[in-house]
Amino acid sequence: MMVKPIEAINDFVVKFANVNGSGSASANELFAKSILRMGVPVSPRNIFPSNIQGLPTWYEVRVTEAGHLGRRGGVDLMVAMNPQTWNADLKEIEPGGYLFYDNSKPLPASKFRDDVHVIGMPLTEICNRTYSDPRQRQLFKNIVYVGALSMLLEIDPAEIEKLFSEQYKGKEKLLTSNVQALHLGRDYVREHLPHPIGLRVRRADNVGERIFVDGNTAGALGCVYGGATVCAWYPITPSSSLAEAFQKYCMKYRVDSVTGENNYAIVQAEDEIASIGMVVGAGWNGARAFTTTSGPGVSLMTEFIGLAYMAEIPVTIINVQRGGPSTGMPTRTQQADVFACAYASHGDTKHVLLFPEDPHECFVHSAAALDLADRLQTPIFVMTDLDIGMNQRLCAPLLWDESRQYDRGKIMTAAELEAGRDFGRYLDVDGDGIPFRTLPGTHANKGSFFTRGTTKDAYARYSEAGPDYIYNVQRLLRKFNTAKSLVPQPVLREAAQKTRFGAIYYGSTSPAMSEAISALETEQIHLDTLRLCAFPFSDSVADFIAAHDVVFVVEQNRDAQMRSLIINEFDIDPARLTRVLHYDGTPITARFIAREIANRIHSMNVATIDQHRVA
Amino acid sequence: MTYLAKPKLHHPTLPQNKLCHTRRDYEGKISTLCAGCGHDSISAAIIQACWEMDVEPHRVAKLSGIGCSSKTPDYFLGQSHGFNTVHGRMPSVLTGANLANRELLYLGVSGDGDSASIGLGQFAHCMRRGVNMVYIVENNGVYGLTKGQFSATADQGSTSKRGVVNSDSPLDMVGMALQLGASFVARSFSGDKHQLVPLIKAAIAHRGAAFLDVISPCVAFNNHAGSTKSYEYVREHNEAVNRLDVIPLRKEIRVDFAAGELLEVEQHDGSVLRLRKIAPDYDPHNRIAAMNYTQEHQAKGEVVTGLLYIDTNASDMHEHLHTTARPLNALAARELCPGKTALDKLNAGFR
Ligand SMILES: Cc1ncc(C[n+]2csc(CCOP(=O)(O)OP(=O)(O)O)c2C)c(N)n1
Ligand code: SF4
Repeated sequence: MMVKPIEAINDFVVKFANVNGSGSASANELFAKSILRMGVPVSPRNIFPSNIQGLPTWYEVRVTEAGHLGRRGGVDLMVAMNPQTWNADLKEIEPGGYLFYDNSKPLPASKFRDDVHVIGMPLTEICNRTYSDPRQRQLFKNIVYVGALSMLLEIDPAEIEKLFSEQYKGKEKLLTSNVQALHLGRDYVREHLPHPIGLRVRRADNVGERIFVDGNTAGALGCVYGGATVCAWYPITPSSSLAEAFQKYCMKYRVDSVTGENNYAIVQAEDEIASIGMVVGAGWNGARAFTTTSGPGVSLMTEFIGLAYMAEIPVTIINVQRGGPSTGMPTRTQQADVFACAYASHGDTKHVLLFPEDPHECFVHSAAALDLADRLQTPIFVMTDLDIGMNQRLCAPLLWDESRQYDRGKIMTAAELEAGRDFGRYLDVDGDGIPFRTLPGTHANKGSFFTRGTTKDAYARYSEAGPDYIYNVQRLLRKFNTAKSLVPQPVLREAAQKTRFGAIYYGSTSPAMSEAISALETEQIHLDTLRLCAFPFSDSVADFIAAHDVVFVVEQNRDAQMRSLIINEFDIDPARLTRVLHYDGTPITARFIAREIANRIHSMNVATIDQHRVA
Repeated sequence: MTYLAKPKLHHPTLPQNKLCHTRRDYEGKISTLCAGCGHDSISAAIIQACWEMDVEPHRVAKLSGIGCSSKTPDYFLGQSHGFNTVHGRMPSVLTGANLANRELLYLGVSGDGDSASIGLGQFAHCMRRGVNMVYIVENNGVYGLTKGQFSATADQGSTSKRGVVNSDSPLDMVGMALQLGASFVARSFSGDKHQLVPLIKAAIAHRGAAFLDVISPCVAFNNHAGSTKSYEYVREHNEAVNRLDVIPLRKEIRVDFAAGELLEVEQHDGSVLRLRKIAPDYDPHNRIAAMNYTQEHQAKGEVVTGLLYIDTNASDMHEHLHTTARPLNALAARELCPGKTALDKLNAGFR
């Protein structure tokens, strides 16, 4: 059975199956960027193992003129470079899709599907003929297939050459050899293969001012712009690249041009306990400090997080979530640390969480977290994940208001102490639950206090008296309540029609959700959506739930953690919130969300449009 | 437990230091430790040392972990900020505090349970990082606060108050500090004020990680016949290597150094130590020799006290990190934020 080949312009999915360590990553990124340079939005995803060399790795590029930045699901063109995963890769191709492979050694016909279009090219043979050095043979193979694809998909080679010239500025030899490899691929296709295929890239103007960056890079810049001076961290995927990027930008922007000294300190700690401990110490002493980690690191940090909560110390923790529990799926994505962070540590604790949806918000929220930590004198978590952290995404450019002042919060100065302002470290002077603090070394005989995790009175004096304890923990709750008005508010998007259905989601689910909503609309299913941007929740979350008969909570974990958090915080009937869960470690797709919601609604046997309520 | 305010009655004839402070100005709250606890003697020695060195109390940050020993920062230097952190993790918090403001004097107080058991890793790493601090371990060989369990410094074969025999061999914190790269290593005894006060002063004057292991008998749980950390045991087995004195730079005094008796040690900040060596052939500049010396005596069941090692050219963590001389917590947005133009450029690079 021969199936009609898929025909699509600027709207398809290409997936590269490679072997880790083969140098394919930069070639695949080059492919994505060249399309972007043609003004066509792309959305790539790295799918990689917890391993350095030899295991399978994939890079999925969604070409999307419409600008959908979530994963779509399905593959139109598979670039199958890894024999290990051949069977699985082949299965993923949509009927009528394409398989591009290295046919240097012939594969039996049984190894192909008859509903996909096979494009074979003797990549190994070409490289062996052209290059004598084994490493070159391997590396240039990747560039050769990018060249071939550019011919098959009509990608402008000038864009690729320009990317080369930017990458190899001042390295003429590398530049020419890469351009050569590119044309080797193009020439072969020109001479031997039918081209272009049904999938094509056509110049557009849909990228605009947007930038293409990963969340960890953007988050690191948020810390630089937000004025972080102390970073203590311990390596863990997928957060390490954030600390490394912070180091890179500090070296670029934070070295005093006169003295050559660093206006920052970065310590790679011995473990996560030490890294958060350093952040606690630095925060106590008035520096803006942060750490970056992932699930297992948060587990180790919890005792200190409790201390920071109880002793009221500014701390910023950027948690780039990955698949758990335990080492779980270290290189896959999830949103499964919601509980672990919201209530981190023992006793009654509650922490502020921010949920960026893309790299742009990783920047915004990281900088905001430093302000919030100082303002609220408490730990602030920025809850990103591997999907945003380590994948480049098209997003709004990073903006900084030059007139912005850092919010250092309530720090009492020597002059204020001298003027005789009553200072009680844990006195709620303003009724917002946030007390004043003094920094060590401020005044010769006023304002010093003793910090500890144990309970105390409003003047920081050790006290095990029940009323003192109650005063303190109630004030902490008041402070948490104050946080409600300081954190980013949820984003409401109303459906075109009045509807009884609502959906709540957060973080990296965002782009897939937007696309799913449009897809559902075409099926006459309308949903109002609320994107949560922070915990504590605004009261509008409860209002949103109350205003809908059915509310789906879409998230990327097994236990519907955000749903439970909402139920717990608002004390509402669990039946009001329907779980939509995706947790296999791959980023959630629009197809998955749309199908799940449509199925649920259909099985509820209700009219998708509420006639009575349609105006 | 209730908070007891200590009456602050200054007698006009009390001696004052250069800052016109009396010793009382260096005191803290009333101790809640057991009467006779060695830790209180160490607090008294810290008070004495800071007073004699004209340390401004509010320019000290005193940090500790959790334990009886770790409670003591509340009992000295009432005008400085104190921080009782979590069990075993004082070093990291102090490291962070030091990163934020390098201009304060950092006093870290810990117990042997705190530092040699749960906190061993942090102890090791802050020594190797050369955090500029005075790290005092109030070493009693037991967990005081949790009522008498063995700590990792308890000697093998010693018995607990409840009659349990310790089957594990002990960790020697001095040996470890030497091995880990501490640039000042000393050991003393809480009851020997004449040795302890100058050692604390020397540690304060030292730039870099200064480690002080102070044997501090626990009257409640480790002062019985089977213990090797009791008053009786330590008094009998103490062998002092030297005596020392600190002279601040302002009053630089030329020292008459007679070989075998006095050793001049020039500090990084310019201050000078004058050491009177009781063991005439002991050279505290030699790390390897110090390791051998302590090991040899330990093998004989002896406790060596005194200044065991000092590197007068030591550098600290800030030098290793090349951080600005100004406190990081005082830097303003204009020094920290690269600004809009840089961001525009970065955005362009991300296209
Ligand atoms: C994580 C954690 N585990 C256990 C404890 C209980 N605890 C409190 S103090 C202490 C031991 C203190 O011993 P040491 O440091 O030798 O001090 P000392 O009381 O003998 O001066 C322990 C185990 C704790 N506070 N935190
Ligand atoms: S239990 Fe021991 S260490 Fe604790 S206060 Fe009493 S004597 Fe000191």
